[in-house]
Amino acid sequence: MPAVQETIDQVRLIDVDQYKYGFETEVEMEKAPKGLSEDVIRFISGKKGEPEWMLQWRLDAYKRWLTMNEPNWARVSYDKIDYNDIYYYAAPKMNPSPKSLDEVDPEILKTYEKLGIPLREQEILAGVEPQNRVAVDAVFDSVSVATTFKEELAKAGVIFMPISEAIREYPDLVRQYLGTVVPVTDNFFATLNSAVFTDGSFVYIPPGVRCPMELSTYFRINEKNTGQFERTLIIADKGSYVSYLEGCTAPKRDENQLHAAVVELIALDDAEIKYSTVQNWYPGDAEGRGGIYNFVTKRGDCRGKNSVITWTQVETGSAITWKYPSCILRGDNSRGEFYSIAVSNGKQQVDSGTKMIHLGKNTTSRIISKGIAAGKSENTYRGLVSAHRKATGARNFTNCDSLLIGNQCGAHTVPYIESKNATAVFEHEATTSKISEDQMFYCQQRGLSDEEATALIVNGFVKDVLQQLPMEFAVEAQKLISISLEGSVG
Amino acid sequence: MLEIKNLVVQIEDKRILNGLNLTVNKGEVAAIMGPNGSGKSTLSYVIAGKEDYEILDGEILLDGENLLEMEPDQRAAAGVFLAFQYPLEIPGVASMTFLKAAINAQRKARGEDELTTPDFIKRVNAAATQLEIPKDMLKRALNVGFSGGEKKRMEILQMALLQPSFCILDETDSGLDIDALRIVSEGVNALRSPDRAFLVITHYQRLLNHIVPDTVHVMHGGRIVRSGGKELALELEANGYADYRESEAA
Amino acid sequence: MADVTLMKTPAETALVQAFESAKTALPGDGESRAQAFEHFAQQGLPHRRVEEFKYTDLRALLREVAPFAGTPSAEEAKAALAGAKALAGVDALQVPFVNGHFVRDAVDFHALPENVEIVPLAEALANGHDWLAKLSPVKWANDNPVYQLNTSFMADGVMIRIAGPVEAPVHLRFVTSATSAVATATRILVVVEEGASVTLLETHESTDGANHQPNDVVELIAGDRTNVQHVRVNAEGNKALALSTLAAKIGGEALFNSINVTAGAATSRHQVFAILDGENTNLRVNGTTMLKGTQHGDSTLVVEHAAPHCESRELFKTVIDNEATGVFQGKIIVPHHAQKTDGRMMSAALLLEEGGAMNNKPELEIFADDVQCAHGATCGQLDEDLLFYLMARGLPKKEAESLLVQAFLGEALEFVENEAVRESLVGTVEGWLKARA
Repeated sequence: MPAVQETIDQVRLIDVDQYKYGFETEVEMEKAPKGLSEDVIRFISGKKGEPEWMLQWRLDAYKRWLTMNEPNWARVSYDKIDYNDIYYYAAPKMNPSPKSLDEVDPEILKTYEKLGIPLREQEILAGVEPQNRVAVDAVFDSVSVATTFKEELAKAGVIFMPISEAIREYPDLVRQYLGTVVPVTDNFFATLNSAVFTDGSFVYIPPGVRCPMELSTYFRINEKNTGQFERTLIIADKGSYVSYLEGCTAPKRDENQLHAAVVELIALDDAEIKYSTVQNWYPGDAEGRGGIYNFVTKRGDCRGKNSVITWTQVETGSAITWKYPSCILRGDNSRGEFYSIAVSNGKQQVDSGTKMIHLGKNTTSRIISKGIAAGKSENTYRGLVSAHRKATGARNFTNCDSLLIGNQCGAHTVPYIESKNATAVFEHEATTSKISEDQMFYCQQRGLSDEEATALIVNGFVKDVLQQLPMEFAVEAQKLISISLEGSVG
Repeated sequence: MLEIKNLVVQIEDKRILNGLNLTVNKGEVAAIMGPNGSGKSTLSYVIAGKEDYEILDGEILLDGENLLEMEPDQRAAAGVFLAFQYPLEIPGVASMTFLKAAINAQRKARGEDELTTPDFIKRVNAAATQLEIPKDMLKRALNVGFSGGEKKRMEILQMALLQPSFCILDETDSGLDIDALRIVSEGVNALRSPDRAFLVITHYQRLLNHIVPDTVHVMHGGRIVRSGGKELALELEANGYADYRESEAA
Repeated sequence: MADVTLMKTPAETALVQAFESAKTALPGDGESRAQAFEHFAQQGLPHRRVEEFKYTDLRALLREVAPFAGTPSAEEAKAALAGAKALAGVDALQVPFVNGHFVRDAVDFHALPENVEIVPLAEALANGHDWLAKLSPVKWANDNPVYQLNTSFMADGVMIRIAGPVEAPVHLRFVTSATSAVATATRILVVVEEGASVTLLETHESTDGANHQPNDVVELIAGDRTNVQHVRVNAEGNKALALSTLAAKIGGEALFNSINVTAGAATSRHQVFAILDGENTNLRVNGTTMLKGTQHGDSTLVVEHAAPHCESRELFKTVIDNEATGVFQGKIIVPHHAQKTDGRMMSAALLLEEGGAMNNKPELEIFADDVQCAHGATCGQLDEDLLFYLMARGLPKKEAESLLVQAFLGEALEFVENEAVRESLVGTVEGWLKARA
């Protein structure tokens, strides 16, 4: 199995201090004044050239947010966040809304090159089969700096652009769907995002269209003391299909940085959306200094009959993860899926899971969650499966497994399973275990080192989920997992 | 005894039986053979009254009574017995408990007195001995942890105890080794009588060496496409079902 | 007294008044009561935003507080006990309570079985007793508002010491015979000395038609190498709001089996807090819950593996008919040092009709790496293939359903060692099913 060998090689090569995306880019930035106020919101809205309704929407969200309390039910602990000690907007000075790559600060282009994210279409076209092409929206702090393959996608009728652009160019479409899956008032962080969101991607797939390539957004936090508040909205119209990938990194810093995103997915009749995330924000150092607070609200609405939404996530980064990509199964026969690998090491804290809300008839959902805790980390799966009165014939299967490496970490499972319909059938199973000594011994007897054996066994443990990822992502994710667990054995 | 007229059945919009006609007389052992997917198991389920099947047309009469209007338990009381291809496991219900509940439910439905416990045990023991079923198997939960052969023997044990007038054996030979096949067949043959009819559904001729049929019907595409005596089974064994597939294509 | 102002609902206000007027009359040291009540009063009655009571909102369910029951006369007690039925055929040492008060005349203190010692709690509280120091052995219970209410109001009960093997079961029989609604708060402490063994039976019965509010706590301290079998039957009246707690601390190399069978009460919540405090101990906590009409039945469970090499098995079966609601919340906690823990928890629910609801919340909280823990939860209908199989053998639908339900529930009853008790419990299940048909 070449992928396994690759993982082993990776593990061997990398130093104890593993985070390789921790560099900083020197770019001159323009920022909003520090802190949060109506003026800052007006500033952001003005920078984006937004229509009045959008500004009003933000201001309403802000007023609401002032009345809300930070949630405390998750199994995570952190010092109180001073929301007035954060910059809510930071954009490269050179050209905050470049028309082409030539207008982008070369330092930023170098950044993406270093991160391995191709932004030049010619270069991509040179070596890649058409079906393997990926269109990228690159978001640097508060703005999108480049979006590739826009024209080619436009030929298929697909809209793929920064959401700030979409608000200007397709205001009706945005207005029709924005906030309909995650309402402005949904929760503390989502409301905050509604007030101050800066950039993110907008995707619309017209009826009957199968998106000709994978779409992806690459999020990079660079500036100090800056929060990233991205907003993504994906609409798959009747009978369409799209696969979307998201990746995230940030520099190493001793301070914590806040990332509070909102992602809304809408699948109409017979449409399918696959949303994959490889989240690798800076996790902080071994002592728990620094790292990203990743507090995001992701929700998909299977609004039409026979629609499908699949969330796949590989979570290796962030100091704290608070994230529950969910599906509202509204349309009859709709299907929701959640595949997750959450790896925690050092002093990371993960509280993640999903919600599957069965509203329509014969709706089905499937949850496969693999948690791996190492070091002094805490890793919690929290999930809700519910069938409402009218959800006749609803089906759920949940499997969540946790693996502990070392005895200073914690793995927790908190599922809520609520059925109000006698014909609904829910099955839930969860296990917690360690890598068995017998397995290790067997591997070692065949010549593998502790670390190699661990990598091998962990890969087997997460295989079900990795298989759900697009090919290139799967390989990347596999490496990432091994890197994240580096130094956890022995 | 059993008369099936123009039976048309579908499941989830897929037509399985397509105007099937079949008559089985008292005392007769009729075999139904056919390739996989020809509708054999559907036929057995429809006679026994499993839900999920939509009857579009036709009737099934047992001694002149319309089975299609009865619940599965009423059909059982009327004399229909289906030996399942895959007998179900019922954790927590001891085989003895189950057997007694079934016998007495049928007796009650027919207006007969319930069996006394000693009488019941005597009958079970007699049947179990003949089918080489060990006593401890009867104490275990029904079919739970039983081997394939044990499950099939348990089906025949039930048949022997319930004394049905019309027995359906659905692929009873599947998963049986030669000894188990012999035991099961002897059990069935012992139950042959002028008052009782059998419908033996099988893919292979092998079972029919042990349970020799009076008539053989070939099923294909949801209907009976050919009928004959026991020699028809041998012919099928030699030539396979290829002829029937071609005739469909033509 | 701090924070009494936080009280909001009439029931909460009534509880404050009830405590104020009762505290001087209740036996014993008022300080620990006052402390428990203060803790309770700070939070008030738990509601759906309190995680542990998410599915059983006591603030909404407890609208009116019933008056605490007085001590019954000898005749009343005699008549009440004569009518008691739960586990009636089982030969056992009877330790009866009527309206929450220990009926001491019914126990011959001079002829107690070998190795059994019984001290009435009211007396012990009033006069002081060494064993009182042993109360509240399980920390997980102390923060629980239901437990705090019991500590505040406990009026009577017994303390039992088991010094060695005891043959016949000890049957704690609780009967509430009052015809109008009463509240009761009883506390039982059972101390099982090292190497001792005992079967504890607990039955709870009350009159139909009255909104009784029993809140009973059984605390168990079982030493090393003990064997304790515990069977609890809730046969409360059809209007009762029954709250109960079992708090158990088990030593090493011990066996503890506990089962709770719920058939009665309009609303019930049975809480189990167990700590496995020594190595190589084996714990089994089961539940069999039968709900119909608009009944609400909650089983809540916290098991802490505080020592390595222990095994725990939790199996909860719930059958829900009509528009009833079932709740299962279970948590297995394994701290860092509890290596080689083997814990398995399963909750399975059957919904027989449209309109019923089941809420499952099985949790694992694991800090040790060399463990094997699992939980499972299922809910759904009876298997249609099984129903068909049974009907094809001639069983009418209701009978086939009954057989399957019986088998489903029976799995949780299998572990009751005492045959007479087990048969009586099976009879309870059969009776419930018969009433349904």
